[in-house]
Amino acid sequence: MRKIAIYGKGGIGKSTTTQNIVAGLVEMGKKIMVVGCDPKADSTRLLLGGLAQRTVLDTLREEGEEVDLDDVRKKGFGGTLCVESGGPEPGVGCAGRGIITSINLLEQLGAYSAENELEYAFYDVLGDVVCGGFAMPIREGKAQEIYIVVSGEMMAMYAANNICKGIVKFAEAGGVRLGGLICNSRKVDNEEEMIKAFADKLGTQMIHFVPRDNMVQKAEINRKTVIDFAPEHPQADEYRTLARKIDGNKMHVIPKPLAIEELETLLVEYGIGA
Amino acid sequence: MPDPVKEYMDVLDPEEFKKEVLSKYPTKVARKRAKQILINRPEGEPVQEIGANVRTIPGIITQRGCTYAGCKGVVLGPTRDIVNITHGPIGCGFYSWLTRRNQTDPSTTEDGHNFMNYCFSTDMQDENIVFGGEKKLRQAIQEAYDIFHPKAIAVFSTCPVGLIGDDVHAVTREMKEKLGINIFGFSCEGYKGVSQSAGHHIANNGIFTHVIGTDDTVKKGKYKVNLLGEYNIGGDAFEIERLFEKSGITMVSTFSGNSSIDFFANAHTADLNMIMCHRSINYVAEMMEKKYGIPWIKVNFIGAKSTAKSLRKIAQYYEDEELIARVEEVIAEEMPEVERVLEQIRPRTQGKVAMLFVGGSRAHHYQELFKEMGMIPIAAGYEFAHRDDYEGRKVLPDIKVDADSRNIEELEVHPDPVKYNPRKSPEEMEGLKKKGFEFKDYEGMMAEMPGGTLIIDDISQYETEKLIEKYKPAIFCAGIKEKFAIQKKGIPMKQLHSYDSGGPYAGFKGAINFYHEIDRMVNSKVWSYIKPPWKKNPELSARYAFVA
Repeated sequence: MRKIAIYGKGGIGKSTTTQNIVAGLVEMGKKIMVVGCDPKADSTRLLLGGLAQRTVLDTLREEGEEVDLDDVRKKGFGGTLCVESGGPEPGVGCAGRGIITSINLLEQLGAYSAENELEYAFYDVLGDVVCGGFAMPIREGKAQEIYIVVSGEMMAMYAANNICKGIVKFAEAGGVRLGGLICNSRKVDNEEEMIKAFADKLGTQMIHFVPRDNMVQKAEINRKTVIDFAPEHPQADEYRTLARKIDGNKMHVIPKPLAIEELETLLVEYGIGA
Repeated sequence: MPDPVKEYMDVLDPEEFKKEVLSKYPTKVARKRAKQILINRPEGEPVQEIGANVRTIPGIITQRGCTYAGCKGVVLGPTRDIVNITHGPIGCGFYSWLTRRNQTDPSTTEDGHNFMNYCFSTDMQDENIVFGGEKKLRQAIQEAYDIFHPKAIAVFSTCPVGLIGDDVHAVTREMKEKLGINIFGFSCEGYKGVSQSAGHHIANNGIFTHVIGTDDTVKKGKYKVNLLGEYNIGGDAFEIERLFEKSGITMVSTFSGNSSIDFFANAHTADLNMIMCHRSINYVAEMMEKKYGIPWIKVNFIGAKSTAKSLRKIAQYYEDEELIARVEEVIAEEMPEVERVLEQIRPRTQGKVAMLFVGGSRAHHYQELFKEMGMIPIAAGYEFAHRDDYEGRKVLPDIKVDADSRNIEELEVHPDPVKYNPRKSPEEMEGLKKKGFEFKDYEGMMAEMPGGTLIIDDISQYETEKLIEKYKPAIFCAGIKEKFAIQKKGIPMKQLHSYDSGGPYAGFKGAINFYHEIDRMVNSKVWSYIKPPWKKNPELSARYAFVA
């Protein structure tokens, strides 16, 4: 089973991209579990056709110790198994600790065991890695492969670079590797070239450039992935391509994060300066 | 006359000892520890600067406790009628439950409330960490109120509460309004300071803000005093109260041995504050002087001579012939028995060597008792004291406020528009000072220790062992954490936090108790009869490989 974690700046489109990749992989006949690691619990909305999921932490809170895997795992698009960690309301408690508790519970309940015949497990993780809890999915024995969703906007690249610093730390201890950058276009000038150059400097690849298209929004309003909502649309093919590339990806590296000056130079060279 | 300290320390050169101990540390650690290990200079020379109230080096086995322990355990723990709820996982509450042998007498308050034998905790679980613990705290307060109907509830924050950001103060404010009793919280998360000292300060701030001055009832009595920094371990406060009663002195409140929240509430009606443990409670005295005009003096009721001196000091403060005469009578009544016992015991204790490593005042105060027995304190140090407790309050302006201390709130206090009432006019204070009377006069430990002795701040287990090996003291005084490691070396060990199972040791009767106890300990043959197994049997030998 390949365990993949998707990181990236808040609002960059991690959840949308993850679910569309998953939909693409499902079409290829893969058996997949998606674990949402965001207290908002909206990482599996498009696969489930709405926010109907009971989160792991809510269930744990209500049922006490008597939690069954089927209480927290729902079947979504194409038989995908969907799990949401959940967490506290904004401003209270500790969401990081929530993710740790939730992933531990899933392991204890056997969500990853062989009898599930999973080929992929995806972790969709909230925004920046603000504390230890949000790094839980990439600790030893968890996700082995990371994709960072990024755009040509400076802060998105800045966040991606920071996440790479985190990966270096865990790569040394636990063996996690960076699989590549997914460029989720914001229609910034020279975006594709810039992210390619950025990936190059990090020692990784831009695995795919996902163009901006309103169809993504449209599908989302209908609580569906693009592949599910408009299978014939060119944007659906973009996600299919991305899914295929990930499925065949052999490039797994320990990234070399950039110094802040280097990152700024890159922006000047490709963005404002070009 | 030969100087016993000099003779003793000349043979076992303390400079040599210091060098030897430091040589085993890595350079950076040695540099830091060097500032915390001093050889006391003879009187007359300027006091040296000691490293104190600084972070313990990770890896060193320290005696220190945490901020929560200082706040909940030390300062608020001995008050019987506040329901003290520990907000956190169960361990912090459980292990701070009745561990300090604070005694209390509920018959002196009308309602007879005593919650000290209970352990209250919100018992936070994983779920409360993730989703926040405020709801559970609210429930805990409600439950405690429903069962016990206390006059006050206090909430103490443990480490995780600070990490997840539960707003205990908002919850206590809300519950105070709802239940109509005094409810207040302390942000005393364990990691907040370099030792329990930070917790004392936080506790002082909390009591001052939420309790002192809330009840203006004036007690009957001519000489009304508060005793601060006396925690009634083993009944110390009872003995001091006995002496006060005999002398006609009215105790408004102790902070916080044998205390009730009612006493705190009208503590501002007293005319004199006396500080026993300077380290843990001087903040309250300072703030009360500013807000209410009550002067404070340093006293010490450990040691018969110190007790007599302190009683005389109180009488001198009131400048009242009647009280002066009464105090002299009391001393004259009490001292003969003290002298009688000392006479019996002294030949057996004279010249024996003691070491004291405890607290923020005890390592100093107990030297008085040992001196009375003719024993020599050759090494001493505090766990959590600051420079002023070693060097005296004169160094206060020179103490650098570091980031760790800045982490603890310093309250801004102004004279109360209504209740401020200077008990002594500036002229009266000046007059007393001219007669040699000192206000706010803590000289610190170093001024009273003989020259050439060792002063060690925040002593480590390793340094303790080295001290014992080299100087072989007749007795070592510290706390429960050190007790068995010291006894293992065959040295009698007296706990000066909780007194083992003894006490009281304060006042005249307490002094007598202490003389008997120490006589028993330093003259017992029990340690010489014990041969540890590693001395009886030769070292085991074994082979790694099989030999046919």
